[in-house]
Amino acid sequence: MMNIFSEVGRYILFMRYVFKRPERGRVFWNMLLREMNLMGVDSLVVVILIAIITGAVTTVQTASQLASDSGILPPSLFPMAIVGSVVGSSSVLELAPTITCLVLAGKIGANIASEIGNMRVSEQIDAYEVMGINSVGFVSFPKILAGVLVIPCLIVISNFLLIFGGLIAAKLTGIMTMDEYVTGLRSSFVPLYAKVLMVKSYVFAFIITSLSCFQGYYTIGGALEVGEAGTKAVTKICVTILLFDLIIAKLLL
Amino acid sequence: MIQLVELNKFFEEKHVLKNINANFLPGVANLVIGASGGGKSVLVKTMVGLEKPSSGQVLFEGQDYHNLEYQEQQTLRREIGMLFQGTALFDSLTVEQNVEFPLLMFSNMSKEERMDRVNLCLSRVNLINANKKTPAEISGGMKKRVGIARAIALNIKYLFCDEPNSGLDPLTSRVIDTLLHDITKEFGITTIINSHDMKTVKDIGEHIVFIHQGQKWWEGSKDDLIEAQKSNPELDAFVKASF
Repeated sequence: MMNIFSEVGRYILFMRYVFKRPERGRVFWNMLLREMNLMGVDSLVVVILIAIITGAVTTVQTASQLASDSGILPPSLFPMAIVGSVVGSSSVLELAPTITCLVLAGKIGANIASEIGNMRVSEQIDAYEVMGINSVGFVSFPKILAGVLVIPCLIVISNFLLIFGGLIAAKLTGIMTMDEYVTGLRSSFVPLYAKVLMVKSYVFAFIITSLSCFQGYYTIGGALEVGEAGTKAVTKICVTILLFDLIIAKLLL
Repeated sequence: MIQLVELNKFFEEKHVLKNINANFLPGVANLVIGASGGGKSVLVKTMVGLEKPSSGQVLFEGQDYHNLEYQEQQTLRREIGMLFQGTALFDSLTVEQNVEFPLLMFSNMSKEERMDRVNLCLSRVNLINANKKTPAEISGGMKKRVGIARAIALNIKYLFCDEPNSGLDPLTSRVIDTLLHDITKEFGITTIINSHDMKTVKDIGEHIVFIHQGQKWWEGSKDDLIEAQKSNPELDAFVKASF
């Protein structure tokens, strides 16, 4: 238990140094663009694939549970349009922000932790310090800001593709008409859900990038520990995301 | 001049640096020598600010480095260059970009001026036609030279070198030693070299500090070393074992 408090304390101290004014605006800007490209463009394909497949699976499974021959529910209790409603709501509230961020934790989080961990063990971070550069801010701030700018965009894209994936699955499997799906989708739209989606997006983006920077920065040892830093970062990010998922849901819904 | 005043460093219970008082003379190559595990690297890291001393002072021209305000400390750090044991080159940057990096961060030079300075520093360390290569594409000796070029890119006053010859063959080691000696004289900088290589001491050492089991055992000029060996068995054993 003391370990958790000590870790949280170290994280807060770390964050104090992240948001100091960058030494050189131009260098910071170049690093920010590079990070946005790495996080955004390079993650787009995996986000698209995951979103479409998850949307399709959710549609097929929800329809299966509502189908009259499933044995779970009495025949014809619900109209099939409700599938669109369930997919729409769960995409906005849970699947798009949480599933996408858990995937991005594995991709972006592990990548950042390993990169900074490698810089730490090869003394590159010490080199920044000796030059008089605030190494915490220099290596972490562009990554955190890039994540907070780019990951919410990925989540919004993911949300649309989840719904689109559901639509494709509905059409290809013939479990309902497109009209039924869209009707259900429209009936379930609540503007508050969009706010929840955006709040989760920004909070999760911050968790992914800041925790991975923190984990990488305090790597001690060699190649083995760099690998471990990536794994530890992903584990911590996943647990923290799920914890904040619950907190945000409880506070906003 | 850099002075160490009653410098102590503990890692939890372990007393790594024990009450060290020493002077590092300006404009010469100062060598910190001693066996591996004796505290040399910790001493150098404490001097450049990578480790905080448990007690005592590191004085740069009379200023207590570890008690300076953050901004003053950062300003002083820009007068310090360091060659790391593993070179610590930025592996995502080319040789040219590595040397340009401190200029980009701390000078107001135009791109052309920066490139002129980069080429000057690289030619000074006898490294030509390697500008566009990445650290992964060059040899250990070349990496050390890039490290030196990066360290001197800004007009530094102090150059710290942590085991500059580690991992190098004897011939390349001598080249690096000569380079460090020449740069010290040419730029009039205070160089502190951490080494256990007695050949380095013989070739370029001017002021020597011998560290043994975390304590300063002996300090003096190279010329006094032979005389000191007679009355200092630990120093004598270290010197003899090194040849």
